[in-house]
Amino acid sequence: MPSKTARLRNISVRGLTRVEGEGALYLTMEGGKVVDLRFEIYEPPRFFEAFLRGRHASEAPDITARICGICPVAYQMSAVHSIERAFRVAVDPAIRALRRLFYCGEWIESHALHIHMLAAPDFHDCESVVTLAEKEPEAVQRGLRIKKAGNAVIAALGGRAVHPVGACLGGFWSVPARRQLAPLREMLVRAYDDAAACVRWVAGFDLPDQHGDIEFVSLRQPGEYPMSDGRVVSSKGIDASQDQFDDCFEEHQVPYSNALHAKVKGRGPYFVGPLARVNLNFDLLGPEVTAAARATGIPWPNTNPYTGIVARALEVMYAIGESIRIIDAYEPPAAPAVPYVARAGVGRAATEAPRGILFHAYELDDQGVIHSARIVPPTSQNQAQIEADLRDLAPALLTRKPADATRLCEMAIRNYDPCISCATHFLRLRIDSR
Amino acid sequence: MKTSSKPSVAVIKFASCDGCQLQFLNAEDELLALAQLVDLAYFPEARSREVRGPYDVTFVEGSVSTPDDARRIVGVRAATRWLVSIGACATSGGIQALRNWANIEDYKRIVYPSPEFISTLSTSTPIAEHVRVDFELWGCPIDKDQLLTVVRSLISGAAPVLPGHALCLECKRRGLTCVSVAAAQPCLGPITRTGCGAVCPSVGRGCYGCFGPVDDPNMNAFAELLERQGLSRDECVRRLRLMNGYLRPMRDTSDAIENRPVTKH
Repeated sequence: MPSKTARLRNISVRGLTRVEGEGALYLTMEGGKVVDLRFEIYEPPRFFEAFLRGRHASEAPDITARICGICPVAYQMSAVHSIERAFRVAVDPAIRALRRLFYCGEWIESHALHIHMLAAPDFHDCESVVTLAEKEPEAVQRGLRIKKAGNAVIAALGGRAVHPVGACLGGFWSVPARRQLAPLREMLVRAYDDAAACVRWVAGFDLPDQHGDIEFVSLRQPGEYPMSDGRVVSSKGIDASQDQFDDCFEEHQVPYSNALHAKVKGRGPYFVGPLARVNLNFDLLGPEVTAAARATGIPWPNTNPYTGIVARALEVMYAIGESIRIIDAYEPPAAPAVPYVARAGVGRAATEAPRGILFHAYELDDQGVIHSARIVPPTSQNQAQIEADLRDLAPALLTRKPADATRLCEMAIRNYDPCISCATHFLRLRIDSR
Repeated sequence: MKTSSKPSVAVIKFASCDGCQLQFLNAEDELLALAQLVDLAYFPEARSREVRGPYDVTFVEGSVSTPDDARRIVGVRAATRWLVSIGACATSGGIQALRNWANIEDYKRIVYPSPEFISTLSTSTPIAEHVRVDFELWGCPIDKDQLLTVVRSLISGAAPVLPGHALCLECKRRGLTCVSVAAAQPCLGPITRTGCGAVCPSVGRGCYGCFGPVDDPNMNAFAELLERQGLSRDECVRRLRLMNGYLRPMRDTSDAIENRPVTKH
């Protein structure tokens, strides 16, 4: 408790909850100024980039999937895209469409999980989805239905929802017949109405009004909301090819975290994820999602990280609609996968994981053996931005009770849906003020 | 401390991808009912409230790979009546046990610009190498239905029973064409524990062994089969060293293949 004589205040959140993985926050303030702020990731390092060396390119999708059980499809897609670029493989449009459907499934389940199980309890003074279900049974049931539909999409193409096994270099091991997708379509049609209701629900939350000078970064290409293709663009003028990713951003290590931090070269923190995508690609959401977005009363684009939960709900609605469109237009490809020949070289690709840009780069030899691998997950890119947000929030914490201050810090972190399992390559809160 | 008459359950994470504990949340149809039957006393990924132990059942995801975790698992064991390790990381050391064949200092240098900040062990090992484990639930990821079966058994005071036969039997049950025989695909089915529902053969690919080896796998015959299918020494070793590679049968066989003298023709 701060008293009139105590000038030092510590906030520490040891063991952040309702995030994927393990982290903590330490914040020390003196005279109302932040003197030390550490968003720690103490998830044990697992060394994927090291043990990928010497493995075969064809194994990369299944191995890198194990970085994250919440977004394995993202890892599989970044892996196949980067390696296919090195081997100069072009997949046909039907395979591309199926991959997009596969990715939609992951966005749906991952976003629905975050909205209902991790974030929404904050806005209803609940500690978990279980207690939230007593207060808001309809919303929670709806969320579970949406999530189930997303998992069903992944399982339809990958055999199971966590670590699906269907994707491979060049395409898929096998592809569904048109009629096999009919039951899935029915499920998605029902989930679409649920998603529209979910947008209205989250837009009604009491979202804190905190704006920052944020650089949003996402993929973008004409005519299609970004998932696996496009240039890397930002709200402050970056416009680069995926190959130039490393020319724009740099990673560095901080002593208190097992995850590397990322910055825009010569500038500072940047923001990836649903809010960045919606802000930079609002014109590509289609008429129905655009109308739903306008109806929330929130201005788009905007610079308030707390509107991230609404952006996430809009993307669920978009991804369900897109899934239905893909199923309706689906004609099975000539072959489930296009053959490839290994070539020596470097392959780089960025795709849009649920939490933002996921960049992979592989150096390969002509036998297809991986000589080096680099993986830049969205949560490590967001880390510096998360710390910047917490700095902005800090002065407001001084007048709060400790429990309240902790909750506000956790919420600020949960805006990013941080996936700490990914980032190791999360909150115990203590505020100190002097 | 227990706050209700319901059995208390804790879900605790070590080095892992979170995919196994996610299966609790993927039980969309059963989750709320489950929360009525048990007291999810400690499950940080899903709830903020933390009830202190001891617990009736603790599910442990992930492997032991840091000095802190080696200490922490001892405390976890002391604070629970039943300890169930869930998933390949917890039951075998996981994919990150590939470090066990490497020099950890090299690994640190590959990934981190300042390796001196990183505290880690040179090995990633299963929970059972550190403390007594009452039950192991296999899989990468574990199967949601198997998880629910285990929960139901434990809360009714019965020892969980899960099938232990090889995956091949599953393919026969599902009427799947054998990818090994018909398509000459290398398939770990003959030595792999059932549990996934033969998901890889169902999409036309060979099993890659994510549920770990059966209790008594015929590794010699299997290694010969891979060789007959024309796999190089490196390919054989890679197939055996994935998410369950550090388990004895996989480890011993892959080491033996790796150290086999090259036959001269």
